[in-house]
Amino acid sequence: MTRVSPREALSDALVMAQRELGATLRKPALLVVSIVQPVMLLLIFRYVFGGAIRTPNGSYANYLLPAILVLTGIFGSLMTGIGISEDLAKGVVDRLRSLPMARAAPLVGRTLSDLVRNAVSLVVMLGVGYLVGFRPNQSIDRFLAAMALVLAFAYVFSWISATIGLLARDPETAQSLGFIWVFPLTFASSAFVPTHSMPAAIQAFAQVNPMTLSVDAVRALTVGGHATTPLLGSLAWFAALLLVFVPLAVSRYRALE
Amino acid sequence: MTSVPAIQVEGLRKSFGKVVALDGLDLVGAEGRVLALLGPNGAGKTTLVRALATLLRPDAGRAVVLGHDVVADPLGVRREIGLAGQFAAVDEVMTGRENLIMVGRLYHLGRVESQRRAGEVLERFGLSDAADRRAGTYSGGMRRRLDLAATLVGRPRLIFLDEPTTGLDPRSRAQLWEMVEQLRDEGTSILLTTQYMDEADQLAQQIAVIDGGRIVAEGTASTLKERVGRSRLLVRLAERDRTEEARAALGALDGDGPPEILAPGELSLAMSADDLPARAVRALDRINAGIVGIEVRTPTLEEVFFALTGRRTDGERRTEEAA
Ligand SMILES: Nc1ncnc2c1ncn2[C@@H]1O[C@H](COP(=O)(O)OP(=O)(O)OP(=O)(O)O)[C@@H](O)[C@H]1O
Ligand SMILES: [Mg+2]
Repeated sequence: MTRVSPREALSDALVMAQRELGATLRKPALLVVSIVQPVMLLLIFRYVFGGAIRTPNGSYANYLLPAILVLTGIFGSLMTGIGISEDLAKGVVDRLRSLPMARAAPLVGRTLSDLVRNAVSLVVMLGVGYLVGFRPNQSIDRFLAAMALVLAFAYVFSWISATIGLLARDPETAQSLGFIWVFPLTFASSAFVPTHSMPAAIQAFAQVNPMTLSVDAVRALTVGGHATTPLLGSLAWFAALLLVFVPLAVSRYRALE
Repeated sequence: MTSVPAIQVEGLRKSFGKVVALDGLDLVGAEGRVLALLGPNGAGKTTLVRALATLLRPDAGRAVVLGHDVVADPLGVRREIGLAGQFAAVDEVMTGRENLIMVGRLYHLGRVESQRRAGEVLERFGLSDAADRRAGTYSGGMRRRLDLAATLVGRPRLIFLDEPTTGLDPRSRAQLWEMVEQLRDEGTSILLTTQYMDEADQLAQQIAVIDGGRIVAEGTASTLKERVGRSRLLVRLAERDRTEEARAALGALDGDGPPEILAPGELSLAMSADDLPARAVRALDRINAGIVGIEVRTPTLEEVFFALTGRRTDGERRTEEAA
């Protein structure tokens, strides 16, 4: 049995990521849309609801922005799933599967390209955040750690998105399936409002929700607060989700016919 | 050198739910030749190609491509093949050149070699001028050519072309045929599927007729034609009232069965030997029968197909509807 060498596998993944990033440069609409959505949420919460929401210590902009950053990553990660289902629908996957490349390379490549795009979106969102009053006040190390956490969160969701794209098989389904779970996950969390005003059942969910943990960690690292517990909780979630979804996506991809 | 067959298929089965797509199919294709898989819609052509290209797993049976088992050593197969599927798989956002470079890199040719090779095949397929345009702007014929070009980037020993000319206008079709002929002459093994008799006839050295997931007949265009019926010698005379005399003269030759009168002044005789026409001319000349026409008519592949599968092909149906 012939195998692909690790060097070849790495090169395959980079070729796939490069293809994807090239496509983004030529069709930036998707990237723009994925940035516009969180910007709209930001504006709505900051200016429509924000006045009515009381948050512990500090401005609502400082409370809100970490959530918007995390959300930007999630929106960005949906592209992996949509892209994969597009490739499936157009027969590109058949061509790729007939080539002597590493089987997981298209998935690794796409998730890596999400990562790069998300880094760009993140910079844009930080700029918009500054305009609406977000003022990180922690050390630069803590700030960079927060950004790394946002990107890691998004990377994990790229694999979930990949799995959804492989299951959905057509881009429209992938897009709607990709969105469905984002809302409960986001709203039943500390993203927009503190959890203590929520009913007990929702509060219990919200407190273990990876969204809450990540947003709380990013908040603590950017505008102050206790970071260790939410940070460790987030990392535990990331590891668990990767352990489930990487093998799941790869095995779904291998099992394609 | 003992040559390994390009493809070797034994008892291959594949079902999709209740639909049996491949029903114990057997097939051997020699290396360096063009094998045409001829069959109507739903015959199992694409399923067989996908199984051979390691895109789907057979339920039972064995398929070996250039010595590599498709299930046990799929990567070994993929290193030696190029696939152009039934629907052109080009990335529309990338240029033609970028599409090909990507494929080259995924064959692990390296950056420089991939670029060189992409330029080479673009040139060969007459796509140099369009090379740096997005593939999304290509016409159907150009897309097909790009797709075919992509199969060649990695210099495969065997290429699969699944209905390469379906949906092309006659000019693009002729261009594509020419390219396949070139490849064939260079010694690349090719498995192509088609619903068109003339395509199989023109391009293939070996034709396998597939229907209902099995090979129902196999051979060269001429052996298949012979299976359905011998070629016949047709003779037309200037004067109708010489018909009976002519029949007697032809009857004295060792034709395959007695001569038939098709119409006054028109006779036919089943071919028994290659020199039958010459002998017929001499015999008819001796009695001054006045030959105005003579031809050897072989059954068309359309007729072959109908005789073997009991079904008309789409091409024929279309012509009939138009008539
Ligand atoms: N993925 C699939 N799921 C369900 N049925 C399938 C699938 N692929 C093929 N089939 C069925 O298997 C049979 C053979 O299909 P196949 O695509 O191999 O035929 P084909 O000879 O390529 O036809 P065509 O000329 O229309 O391309 C058909 O009845 C088809 O409906
Ligand atoms: Mg088909």
